[in-house]
Amino acid sequence: MPNDPAFLALAGVAKRYGGAVALRDVSFSAGRGSIHAILGENGAGKSTLMKILAGAVAADCGSVTLDGRPLRLDGPAAALREGIVCIFQELSIIPDLTVAENICLADPPRRRIGTIDRGAQRRRARAVLDALGCGSGLDVRARCADLPLAKRQIVEIAKALARRPRVLILDEATSALSAEDAERVMRHLRRLREEGVCVLFISHRMHEVDALADTCSVFRNGEHVATFPAGSRTHDEIVRLMIGRSIAHVYPPKPERPPPAEPYLRVRGLARDGVLKGIDLDVRPGEIVGLGGLDGQGQRELLLALAGVLRGTTGDVRIGTAAGLPSGPRAAGGPGRRIALIPEDRKTEGLFLGLSVAANLSFAALDRLSRCGIVDTDAERALVAGLAGRLAVKAPDRDAPVATLSGGNQQKVVLGKWLATEPKLLLLMDPTRGIDVGTKQEIYRLMRDLAAAGVAILFHSTDYDELIGLCDRVLVLYDGRVAARLSGAEITEEAIVASALNLRPAASAAGSRRPHREALA
Amino acid sequence: MIPALRLLVRHNDRALAAWALLLALLLLFLSIHPRGASGGVLAAWANQGVALAFVAVGQTIVVLTRGIDLSAGAILALCNCAASALVRGDPAEVALGIAAVCLIGAACGALNGLIVVRGRIQPIVATLATGAILSGVALLVRPTPGGSVDDRLADALTGTVGGVVPVSLLLLAVLVAAIWGPVRASLTGRTILAVGSAEPAAYMSGLPVDRAKVAAYALAGLFAAFGGLFLGFQTLSGDPSVGASYTLNSVAAVVLGGTALAGGAGSVAGSIAGALVLRTVGSLIFFTGLDPMAQPLFEGAVLLVAVALGAGRLLRIRNRLEVFR
Amino acid sequence: MIPLVRALPRPVAAPGPAGVIALALVVLLLAGGLADPRFFSPAYLLQQLHTGAFLGVIAIGAMVVILTGHIDLSVPWTLSAAATFSTAFVGAAGEGAQGELGLLVGLAVGAGIGLVNGIGVAYLRLPSMIWTLAVNMVVLGVCVLHAGLYASGSRPSAVMATLGGGWIGSLVPNAVVVWMVLSAAAVFLLRRTVAGRCLYAVGTRESAAWLSGIDTRRVLLGAFVISGLCSAVAGMLLAGYANQAYQRMGDPYLLPGIAAVVLGGTSILGGRGSYGGCVAGVLLITLITSMLSLLQVPEAFKQIAYGGVIILMVGYYSRRAAAERA
Repeated sequence: MPNDPAFLALAGVAKRYGGAVALRDVSFSAGRGSIHAILGENGAGKSTLMKILAGAVAADCGSVTLDGRPLRLDGPAAALREGIVCIFQELSIIPDLTVAENICLADPPRRRIGTIDRGAQRRRARAVLDALGCGSGLDVRARCADLPLAKRQIVEIAKALARRPRVLILDEATSALSAEDAERVMRHLRRLREEGVCVLFISHRMHEVDALADTCSVFRNGEHVATFPAGSRTHDEIVRLMIGRSIAHVYPPKPERPPPAEPYLRVRGLARDGVLKGIDLDVRPGEIVGLGGLDGQGQRELLLALAGVLRGTTGDVRIGTAAGLPSGPRAAGGPGRRIALIPEDRKTEGLFLGLSVAANLSFAALDRLSRCGIVDTDAERALVAGLAGRLAVKAPDRDAPVATLSGGNQQKVVLGKWLATEPKLLLLMDPTRGIDVGTKQEIYRLMRDLAAAGVAILFHSTDYDELIGLCDRVLVLYDGRVAARLSGAEITEEAIVASALNLRPAASAAGSRRPHREALA
Repeated sequence: MIPALRLLVRHNDRALAAWALLLALLLLFLSIHPRGASGGVLAAWANQGVALAFVAVGQTIVVLTRGIDLSAGAILALCNCAASALVRGDPAEVALGIAAVCLIGAACGALNGLIVVRGRIQPIVATLATGAILSGVALLVRPTPGGSVDDRLADALTGTVGGVVPVSLLLLAVLVAAIWGPVRASLTGRTILAVGSAEPAAYMSGLPVDRAKVAAYALAGLFAAFGGLFLGFQTLSGDPSVGASYTLNSVAAVVLGGTALAGGAGSVAGSIAGALVLRTVGSLIFFTGLDPMAQPLFEGAVLLVAVALGAGRLLRIRNRLEVFR
Repeated sequence: MIPLVRALPRPVAAPGPAGVIALALVVLLLAGGLADPRFFSPAYLLQQLHTGAFLGVIAIGAMVVILTGHIDLSVPWTLSAAATFSTAFVGAAGEGAQGELGLLVGLAVGAGIGLVNGIGVAYLRLPSMIWTLAVNMVVLGVCVLHAGLYASGSRPSAVMATLGGGWIGSLVPNAVVVWMVLSAAAVFLLRRTVAGRCLYAVGTRESAAWLSGIDTRRVLLGAFVISGLCSAVAGMLLAGYANQAYQRMGDPYLLPGIAAVVLGGTSILGGRGSYGGCVAGVLLITLITSMLSLLQVPEAFKQIAYGGVIILMVGYYSRRAAAERA
């Protein structure tokens, strides 16, 4: 089989979302029969690249060629016809269909009259699962909605393999799998490589990259920075390529020492069935405490529980003058606790996209802007003007729907909406995801100013860089527990990465190429 | 086979409950009927419910895509009126007439689908509007109730086979099995389910989403046409004003039969049971000697309680954000 | 104005619902006037406005519920029940001040039905389309049990008759005044009160409103109670206008009420829409109806015209929205 290094080639591909550049003039190629790792920070453009290849997003310009032939990727169906198959992080399986139906979803075995041959479909699904080696104990007749996340991810992978891809793209596709299953999937990927498939592999787990990849490409800020044979650079060098800029001037200076004060938030033994397994933490007024770790280690649940969203959470909690967890968001924002939760998904949980900038900014504070249920429009206008000025929201005018704003400005509106309530404890869930660097910088400065004014801030981020640059202390969660508590000079990329993988810091710092099995255990 | 059976039961529990309820109601109905349990009584019972059952089958297919067809009653009325003008004469004319009526129904449905897909109008608004248009057309076809339908065929279709089994039920079963059966088993049918369950995932998986939606509305139109035809055989005439109650009752039958209005899961069989339950409750009350003036209240209360049972899912919710999904 | 770092240009938008409908109204008036000069007479137009007022009151309730992303299908029998029971009370209590308490009975019926609707939708999280339909059937059952299938009810009270059928010095129908007063209240509710903001917020994204500390269930409950009250007011006005309450008097108002709201640019998914558009929608439907009546167009073409107008207008709105997003 010819090892064509430009089997899949992109030339001059660019993509903008509103004002934000997601991909800038990317040229890139990957060979047949190779496993090609794509590395980069969150927001580096990896996901956009993948969506373009999958036909989910149309590039603004540039071309994609496969095996020397230019492609027109005007929809997922077109990409699939060309043999480009993606395994998405957000699952693309249909919850109400069975395992077999999902695995053979768009191209099921059919009888001559066009009806689906369910027996053959079950057999084919079984065969794919067996080839993958993960299928034992998975009933192909079970409905996918009834399966646990790890099993659904196996179905997702099997579904992609059943399409016999020429190009297979994985986006963090093994994140929910057990160690054994992840190992089996990796073995299968190597087999596919032998069969001549081009595998593109996005992962934040360096040990998986070490174990699998032939070639690595690093992306940063929407640009393709470097491509090199796997193993030719150390982890430190790769991380430097990924970060690529000095951290210092992006972040406001940290205060010399945290102010001595009673903790505003005090949590002991917070637990919730299988997700949180006894978390202790304190946050003082004036302090920014970071929450780090791999995705899905309980960070999200911790913040939601503190805001009163989750039922069935136990533990000893004191917030401000109030004891116990709030009974709901209304109680959380009430006078005793003064909590503001900046939710993860600003489009569905933070904003009213169809409503105006002004209506969004004042909404959470309407209680104090009204008398007898009637809004004092003068006070509202003053509040909105104050917030919009303080946050430097760029909008056509205050009556424009918030949906017309760029992502960064939308996030500012979410923040402003909560600042209007003058909170004492700010819970932030990954507030800078998908936002340009300039706006990020403004948000960092705002957070530091708030802390200086005495607000206690608990800040969950998937971006290690932020945790290092911004936070006074960092807690790294692993499997529902606090794996490490870092403060001051201890907050380093190595320390965070190592504790996120539940390794001892030394192992990671050594930059060894040996796969860390214990990370998956 | 036992685990397969158990899965089958678990995935269709609400449809099975509807069938169990129907069976109980039917037994009760036959036991209290003054003429006793006979083929004739059974046929009369079935004839009461089959037209609604046809419409409910079509409604289910649309609801499975997370849509709704508020024009179903209007299509039924139009087809009923068309039948009263076309389905008569010699056998060849009757056959052609039936074919024409079915074609009209399917075309109306396909129009709905195209407006939803191409016009990007919410199904509830789009079918509300086409419903108004089609009831207008029905009035043009037959301004007042009347016309006639081939009565030999009507006799045959509303009678019994061997004095026991109602022909209307057989007709329902055969048509549903012959039309929805193959579609359900095809890629289009799979896409109909997938669109209702998770439309973005269906699109990302390369399924023919638009085609499936148009097909679903076209099938709904076709089954509404069957309903209109059967109503013609039952009443031997056409009536432009029969539609309104069929639209909303078909939605009620779908919900009673265990199909979620949020789409994705449910069954045509459940909706048939739902439709027959709705009609049986009416007939039952008629024969229980309950004050006739209390009948509508009783019927309404049955529907209310059945719908309220759907609130059970709230008890299982742990993350309170899921309440809003 | 808020201080802006950089003013961004706002794209020039195609005319919105109110503009399109205003245009349509002008065209319709001119066309109607050319076809038949009677169309231009103020007396005729006021007569049309009189019948439009009942629809207008119903549309207020329909709009409030649709703004939250739900729908109230119990309008027909809420309307009939309020008319039936209020007039029945008048019949039992006799004319005079006592009889006027019938107004309160009617309002209580409307609010009570709205409460049941709201509890099902907001607290039991049942789909409004089917729950309000079931409530409608139960109310129908109660009315039938009370008054028989076709029995016409008793006479309205003096106030009902005056408000529903009377005129201010043969200049303005009282029902139009009631509609205008309620419209003013609706505008105030939607634009100036916390409750109004909450209606839009819940309709746009209920989860975000809940996370913002709003008890969204109470908002939904309130919306359905308002809808019930509006239906009740319309029912009593109609009873006053027709000088009787009768079964099925509400049937012709359900779909036109929803159509008026949707034509007015309110999104059926909730969260978007202005009250001005709703009024324009009511006027458009009323004008189309009266014009077609004047031209003696058969009922069939009226239906076809309604449906065609809805598809054209809503199709236009959705294309416009899509163009704005791109």
